[in-house]
Amino acid sequence: MVASLIFLQCVHKGKGAKATIQDKGSDTMVNLAEVWAEEYATVNPEADVEVSGGGSGVGIAALEKGTIDIANASRDIKPEEAAAIKKNTGKDPVEFIVGYDGLAVYVHKDNPLNAISFDQLAAIFEENGTITKWSQLGIIIPGEKSDKIIRVSRQSSSGTYEFFREHVLKNKDFKLGSLDMNGSKETVELIANTKTAIGYSGMGYATPGVKMLKLAKHEGDRPVDVSVENVQNGTYPLARSLNMYTLGQPQGAVKEYIDWILSASGQQVVADNGFVPVFTKKTDVK
Amino acid sequence: MADISPVTDLALEAEPNERSESPRRSRPAWAIAGERGLELLIRLCGISAIIFVAAIFFFIFREALPVLFSKNFHLFEFLFSIEWYPTSRMDIRYGTFALTVGTFAVTVLAMVFAVPFGLGAAIYISEFCGPRVKEILKIIIELLAAIPSVVWGFIGLTVISRLLVDYTSAPVGVNLLNGAILLALMSVPIIVSIGEDALKAVPDSYREAALALGVTKWQLVYRVLLPAAKNGLLAAVLLGVGRAVGETMAVLLATGHAVQIPHGILDSIRTLTANIAAELGEAPAGSDHYRVLFLTGVLLFAITFAVNMTADFVIRGIRRKG
Repeated sequence: MVASLIFLQCVHKGKGAKATIQDKGSDTMVNLAEVWAEEYATVNPEADVEVSGGGSGVGIAALEKGTIDIANASRDIKPEEAAAIKKNTGKDPVEFIVGYDGLAVYVHKDNPLNAISFDQLAAIFEENGTITKWSQLGIIIPGEKSDKIIRVSRQSSSGTYEFFREHVLKNKDFKLGSLDMNGSKETVELIANTKTAIGYSGMGYATPGVKMLKLAKHEGDRPVDVSVENVQNGTYPLARSLNMYTLGQPQGAVKEYIDWILSASGQQVVADNGFVPVFTKKTDVK
Repeated sequence: MADISPVTDLALEAEPNERSESPRRSRPAWAIAGERGLELLIRLCGISAIIFVAAIFFFIFREALPVLFSKNFHLFEFLFSIEWYPTSRMDIRYGTFALTVGTFAVTVLAMVFAVPFGLGAAIYISEFCGPRVKEILKIIIELLAAIPSVVWGFIGLTVISRLLVDYTSAPVGVNLLNGAILLALMSVPIIVSIGEDALKAVPDSYREAALALGVTKWQLVYRVLLPAAKNGLLAAVLLGVGRAVGETMAVLLATGHAVQIPHGILDSIRTLTANIAAELGEAPAGSDHYRVLFLTGVLLFAITFAVNMTADFVIRGIRRKG
């Protein structure tokens, strides 16, 4: 990624006439944002999009400092963040929903578990949660002596971490001792290598080594599969919007870029990357 | 300069003048001034270590200081609580005890592997092997020392973690043992090269005297050389410890990054260094979280300082007895 950034910068320096768009934020969206940037370079060679990750909070903080044009966030902007942006830059952040992401709960592919409820997830992941062994869920993992549940989580700056904490743990804290990975892909890789692991990550990161569990919001609800249809029709309980924020209504190159992202070809990229496309009108953040 | 300048009236006039003013001077003034300047520069270099250490400590502490007065921060909790919740919505807690224990655990375990291997290798290279083997071994050990820590971390993440899952009962491959193996591999080259120097520094007269008394090679090593090279060998081990305590990238990748007190060598841990590396980039500058991470740096600094001081006292104690 660094190499591609350097490359982009070199290209940019070579042709001074290009408009550069700085796009930073969510690690969940960073792959998607890079593909968008590459595709857009073929559509509009005049514009140059530089993408970097770091986490949703990092992107929004950079927007507040005014060092970037677009902040990617896999969660909604917080009111205090919006206020800080208004205070520092004099402009309101404008939100564009550019796609949806189903957050999947992953286990190893050999794990016989197929569905799980939010209550069970909370009992596994939250501080003072009571479930620590697979046998408490009635699960015996074939070919594995250890019964202990290995919890795989994310580093605390991740939007995925905050989203899971808000919606599954109801803002309670995670139980300590989880393996806190630095990226969505690492989370899924670790689970694919660990038979007794359970963790959460974007649905776009599924590999053949892992299984995505069906989710039920309440005990007794019918568990819902992770799929594009279920995220779009709102039945999958752990879905979120992928947002881009700009300082005020975007102008010029930035506006053209976001318009393209929300066009059919931009949304095709969303679908190709395992996320859920959306067509929606922009809304001001209050 | 005057010697090579073309002979002019001015030069002819100047030369006798110079000679009459300072007949005993053997070197021109610019050489003496240059020498003084160099001496000053070298002196500055010598003192700079003190200046740098003081400046680093000052800046780290200045970043950390305001948090000591924050209402979310309690010094006792910081040092002795295992609860590390820097971004909690309900109850922010900054307890680093699990991280400190993690750092110590991985260092101690690494030394359990590295010290016998390192000292053994140093003794072999210094005393037992032939000159050709010695050259080859030294080159390879230097090569081992040159591998960047992120490469070690990658090896831990991909190779060692699979081996651990396959051959031990470890449920997950990134754990304390994995990190300790990596740190041992990283500190062995240091222990070997410094240890070998220490053994080489023992005067040959000791060896000759011992051999003349009819001791075996092994008796020579453990009755004569090891006691004689004690200080140097201890320094070798402590430099290895220093490397292990301060290492970041490899332990970040290979220990599992889990905040907990390990109950066995197959549990995942998180170290102080890895925690700073993982979180400092994301913590908003000037926030309590950011400052607590700097305070963690102060704690790390204090730990390495304590290790070095202990080493110093131990070495002095040995000297006094000897």
